[in-house]
Amino acid sequence: MTQRDPKRVSNLPVGNQCAPTRYLPSAALFSVCSCFVFAQASQVPDIFKPASTPADLIHRLSVFVLVITGLIFLVVFSLLVYAVGKFRHRASEDGREPPQVYGSNQMELAWTVVPVLIVLVLFFATARVIHSIQQAVPPSGTIRVTAIGHQFWWEFRYPALGVVTANELHVPVSDPARRTPTFVTLLSADTDHSFWVPQLAGKTDLIPNRVNSLWIEPHETGMYVGQCAQYCGTQHAKMLLRVYVESPEQFSRWIAAEEQPAHSADAVAAGRQVFEKTACINCHAISGTIADGRFGPDLTHLMSRETIAAGAASNTHESLKLWIHNPDSIKPGSLMPAMNLSDHDLEAVTAYLESLR
Amino acid sequence: MSSEPIALTAVEELSRPFSEVLYSWVTTVDHKRLGTLYILYAIFFLMIGGIEATIMRIQLIVPHNHFVSPQLFNQLFTMHGTTMIFFVAMPILFGFGNYLIPLMIGARDMAFPRLNAFSFWLTAFGGLLLYFSFVGGYGLYGAGAAPDVGWFAYAPLTARTFSIGHSTDFWTMALLVSGFGSIGAAVNLIATIVCMRCPGMALGKMPLFAWMNLVMGGLVLLAISPLTAAQVMLSLDRFLGAHFFDTQAGGSAVLWMHFFWIFGHPEVYVLVLPCFGFASEIIPVFSRKPIFGYPIMVAATVSIGFVSMSVWAHHMFTVGMSAYGNTFFALTTMVIAVPTGIKIFNWLGTMWGGKLQFKTPMLFCVAFIFQFLIAGLTGIMLSAAPFNWQLSNSYFVVAHFHYVIVGAILFTIFGAFYYWFPKMTGRLYNEKLGKLHFWLFVIGFHLTFDFMHVPGVLGMPRRIYTYEPGRGWDIWNLIITVGVFFQIIATLVFIWNVVYSMFKGQPAGNDPWDAWTLEWSIPSPPPEYDFARIPVVRSRRPLWDLKHPEDPDWQYE
Repeated sequence: MTQRDPKRVSNLPVGNQCAPTRYLPSAALFSVCSCFVFAQASQVPDIFKPASTPADLIHRLSVFVLVITGLIFLVVFSLLVYAVGKFRHRASEDGREPPQVYGSNQMELAWTVVPVLIVLVLFFATARVIHSIQQAVPPSGTIRVTAIGHQFWWEFRYPALGVVTANELHVPVSDPARRTPTFVTLLSADTDHSFWVPQLAGKTDLIPNRVNSLWIEPHETGMYVGQCAQYCGTQHAKMLLRVYVESPEQFSRWIAAEEQPAHSADAVAAGRQVFEKTACINCHAISGTIADGRFGPDLTHLMSRETIAAGAASNTHESLKLWIHNPDSIKPGSLMPAMNLSDHDLEAVTAYLESLR
Repeated sequence: MSSEPIALTAVEELSRPFSEVLYSWVTTVDHKRLGTLYILYAIFFLMIGGIEATIMRIQLIVPHNHFVSPQLFNQLFTMHGTTMIFFVAMPILFGFGNYLIPLMIGARDMAFPRLNAFSFWLTAFGGLLLYFSFVGGYGLYGAGAAPDVGWFAYAPLTARTFSIGHSTDFWTMALLVSGFGSIGAAVNLIATIVCMRCPGMALGKMPLFAWMNLVMGGLVLLAISPLTAAQVMLSLDRFLGAHFFDTQAGGSAVLWMHFFWIFGHPEVYVLVLPCFGFASEIIPVFSRKPIFGYPIMVAATVSIGFVSMSVWAHHMFTVGMSAYGNTFFALTTMVIAVPTGIKIFNWLGTMWGGKLQFKTPMLFCVAFIFQFLIAGLTGIMLSAAPFNWQLSNSYFVVAHFHYVIVGAILFTIFGAFYYWFPKMTGRLYNEKLGKLHFWLFVIGFHLTFDFMHVPGVLGMPRRIYTYEPGRGWDIWNLIITVGVFFQIIATLVFIWNVVYSMFKGQPAGNDPWDAWTLEWSIPSPPPEYDFARIPVVRSRRPLWDLKHPEDPDWQYE
């Protein structure tokens, strides 16, 4: 812990913070690698910089639509500008009325038929992309993830792999020769949410009592940001989302690490005891302990994540402590209660959580 | 033009005792007075909705700002949307309809004057009820007073579990009450237009404004009814333990979305059709030509009315409809672009070959054509369902619908306000101030809403009280907020112009624009009985026929 920058403020933006202080000697290898990659990754979730098949298909359609609408704009705009300039009433003219024209059937026919044809073209282009995205068949190498929206965080479960994590989704990059897209089943535990990582796919809502799905097939490694895109309550704004696209090797290492039960060290036994004796365990799960709550994020490998509170703060000692002490100071209206621990217990619990690599 | 002695009511009223004036306005059933009340009421709420928007924009001027709390921000966008749609746009359009329709069709009042007053007061009390929530309700987790569930109030956020207290109930009741008011107003408009036209005014000879209001009235009946039904269901959920939308008891969140948007999309046309009507009256007069393609304009209006009933689920492309559902609603949405495009071309055709006079109303209408063109084109982008999966619920959508609601609807409303101000008050507005208002508003509008498309494309969702720096959104949000201040100054110029001209403006005479529809044949402001003699018309431009007996319109129609 000694290398951490003590001055880092808890709720600083976590945008560009793959700082070297994160390189803990004990950190898993992949997080070191990923920091190099992610430091270069764009943090602008630009829909015109797609990095995944569905986003790519949408991007191509959108360029097509933009070109057509752009041409329509140019034509109509030019007509308007011409009319405004050319037919302006001039003081020099006499007061007589201009020729009274009531209409023209030929003109009306022309500006009905041409738009109909344009609509048909746009419609077929659109229908094709709807089909290729919504009716895609998952190949055999597909990774399956269940995403569950909560007020105000994301639960990610890999049912086939027995891995549970939160807010930061890890997926492998897909090789066209050996495709490994990720199909995400979308559920909600409470209100409506929407899963949106613009560079990977369009958004799809998570609606209670309903099973939705989307898929991504990233072809570039990196970290992609997104956030909840359906108003879900007070802290809708800080329901951020990260997707780490990793090489197959990195991804398997991450899975292997996540499959391990929670790290248990005698040095932090005091903190663990506090954790297990307070209400923490009602909401949080740590595998291999009595903590099995599901209202809050699974903390088994908390330290493998770069952020806490659904991206509202970076995962540092100071912000973790502040978050436990007073969540409202980072995310007012979040459902995590202030635990009112003594300074000693707070320090102990923080140390315990920091041992969960 | 004959200039008759003019009754300067605004000044006269001041000399009467206040209680008498108040009593006469509260008990009035006169269509002109009710129209005026609607308009003043809407302008009052426009100021309130504008203040709410300004506070939100100050909060978003920089990332991680702390100007307002998240709870207050969520209330602000809920109240802003609800206010602007239900208590600004609808009432102001009903106000113009009320005031102008009888005058344009040569009638002495609306078909049901007492229903008219009843409808206005329902709408008025609806708005007051909504704002009473700041005192009487409390919201999510007891977070605050006003409703904070968003203006489309998606289930299950409105369920008792998530919205404790009464803020959501204030929202529901306010919309129920004003909804009945809207239905009453629509019934009245339809009955008036169908039954009260003066001799000679066949449906095909009505001013286009009357046609647009007729279709609008029909849409109100079809659209407000499901909204009202949904509000009743929501109240049953909240008070009697019904489970229509309560997902925790097996209800359906998507059902609410369908109910809301089968109201919500036709509602857009409820608002925009009367504005098409304004443009179709103002552009011909200031181009000195009749409207181009009148029958086609009518046909386009009616077909927009029909098609608008089958496009609602394009607001729901992201809720996981089947590929077939998405394809269907993409098609219907694109189809509506055709009659809308026809209208734009017909306005251009009207201007083509005319002698354009750029008085303030015309300036607003030309800007309307330009902005409505862009709004229509971004609408086409949103109708392409996969593109919508990216753009939906982002700032791009916010920019798109403000382009419609401000760039098209509010601009034509300002145009209409300037155009009929002389008729309503008997005095001319100040042209210089009018133009200043126009240019400041154009600058502010484009600074705010042009640049609002960009953060949407860069992944910024709507309804967030703050955002992360480093995502390329900062500069755009700054520009957007700067534009708001131009709009505020412009609006203050407008208010000043109205107040000043009401008392100090030049007398307007009957017909300051040399216009062609019946309202310009009577004194300004119109006497209580409107028409001393019920007019008889032979064409769509009765005053043209009077002014040009050598070349009357009815020879060509």
